[in-house]
Amino acid sequence: MSSTGKSPWIVHYDGSSCNGCDIEVLAATTPLYDVERFGVVNTGNPKHADILLITGSVNEQNVPVVKQIYEQMMEPKVVIACGACACSGGIFRDCYNTLGGADVVVPVDVYAPGCAIRPETIIDAVVKGIEILEQKRKALKNKTLVEPDVSRMQSARDKVVDGQTVAEIASNSTLE
Amino acid sequence: MSNKTVIPFGPQHPVLPEPIHLDLVLEDEKVVQAVPQLGFIHRGLEKIVEKRDYLHFVYVAERICGICSFGHSLGYSQAVEGLMGVEVPERAEYLRDIWQELSRIHSHLLWLGLLADGFGYENLFQQAWRLREIVLNIFEKTTGGRVILSVCNIGGVNRDIDNDELRAICDDLDKLLDGYKPITETFLDDASVHSRLDGVGYLSKEEAEDLSLVGPFGRASGLDNDIRSIGMGAYGKLAAFEPQLSNIGDGYARTEVRINEVVQSVQIIKELVSKIPDGPVYNKPKGNPPEGRFLTRVEQPRGEAVYYVKGNGSKFLERFRVRTPTSQNLAGLLKILQGCDYADVPLNILTIDPCISCTER
Repeated sequence: MSSTGKSPWIVHYDGSSCNGCDIEVLAATTPLYDVERFGVVNTGNPKHADILLITGSVNEQNVPVVKQIYEQMMEPKVVIACGACACSGGIFRDCYNTLGGADVVVPVDVYAPGCAIRPETIIDAVVKGIEILEQKRKALKNKTLVEPDVSRMQSARDKVVDGQTVAEIASNSTLE
Repeated sequence: MSNKTVIPFGPQHPVLPEPIHLDLVLEDEKVVQAVPQLGFIHRGLEKIVEKRDYLHFVYVAERICGICSFGHSLGYSQAVEGLMGVEVPERAEYLRDIWQELSRIHSHLLWLGLLADGFGYENLFQQAWRLREIVLNIFEKTTGGRVILSVCNIGGVNRDIDNDELRAICDDLDKLLDGYKPITETFLDDASVHSRLDGVGYLSKEEAEDLSLVGPFGRASGLDNDIRSIGMGAYGKLAAFEPQLSNIGDGYARTEVRINEVVQSVQIIKELVSKIPDGPVYNKPKGNPPEGRFLTRVEQPRGEAVYYVKGNGSKFLERFRVRTPTSQNLAGLLKILQGCDYADVPLNILTIDPCISCTER
């Protein structure tokens, strides 16, 4: 199984980014950076994917979408927060409709900085993600894989929006 | 036959990197109606103009959209300069328009790639994005950033490009055109491309006029709506400017208009480089924006964007409002989706070149 572990497929979701990171994720798959030579394929289907790339912060409306894509992915899976907004909310942190980084909703394994993120950083982050994927695969085989928790960024999850904490919004919202 | 089916499209869909959700009401294979649902990337960016002072907000304005990032910082700067009466040095105006035209080339090449991917032409997609990297290299050389440039500022630009570098840019663009010619031949003459684009999403000039469409979407239906024609900034110094128009009004015409605009932008850059005067590039604004309002327009790659600022005498603006091209063009999208085949929905959405993060801000 080690050979398949080195060819991860990625699925990309744009939380509420400005598009800068999204086009850089796509640029990483085109001839100059060409991650496909390492077997990294950008797929549209979450069930085919090993790595979820989230760009942009999350807001109330896309919380259920991010959650659903994460839940549709098969174990083992890795989440990479691409760019400053996905890591912490970035420049939009103070906006009224921004809840925070991707980690207020789903557990994030790799934080990749940059505004906008550079394709080289994305490649580095995916390589880091492959290592974590391999560890998780072993843990899954030995039945020691534990469900990761999202409480690492507790301060962001305690922020109150419209009388509810971000953590409550994240756990209560469902896709209609 | 009157059984209607509702099929959801998006928000996560392979054809667009951005989230848009459409409820498509189908009768068999025909789309009867499309109901959009927006707000997946709404950030509430206009509101934080009250928390960031007017000099810092230019960096927020730039992040309305990562594709036309330079244009948004330009529009905001123009609006605040108009409000405060700041004189922009002439060289800075030329440099701004050079960067703006480079943005247009990069945006159109990006779109051509996405379109090719949309009709399953992977090779053409990769070729278009390979050429786009030439423009991104120019951005990186002249500003340090690839997509977010942070170079436009109130009162001018943050960096100068020296004249040797400007000539090198023209050489790079010549190389781009060499590689561009073969892919345009494929886009415009290939039979399989014709079969996917001919007649897709037809819109007459009257309909385009009624919906006040902006940008290449309107121009492909024969609507002369190019804001560059009125000659703001350095565009007024051009010897001649002819907007690229087409009277066909379908997806093929939209492709043709954008393909021609890339070549036109290269010519504009070359003309601006040959005429650029020497001098300073930044005139530091003094004091705070006074009470008052100002409205200005910029021709973005996707069409006309309107910027409005309202000052109250403090260093924080009271209101910033932007009407972006796609928010205007969405009405046209819903119109062309009515009556199209379900299989053509992704292509119809792509031909208007939607930018959702602009629309929702």
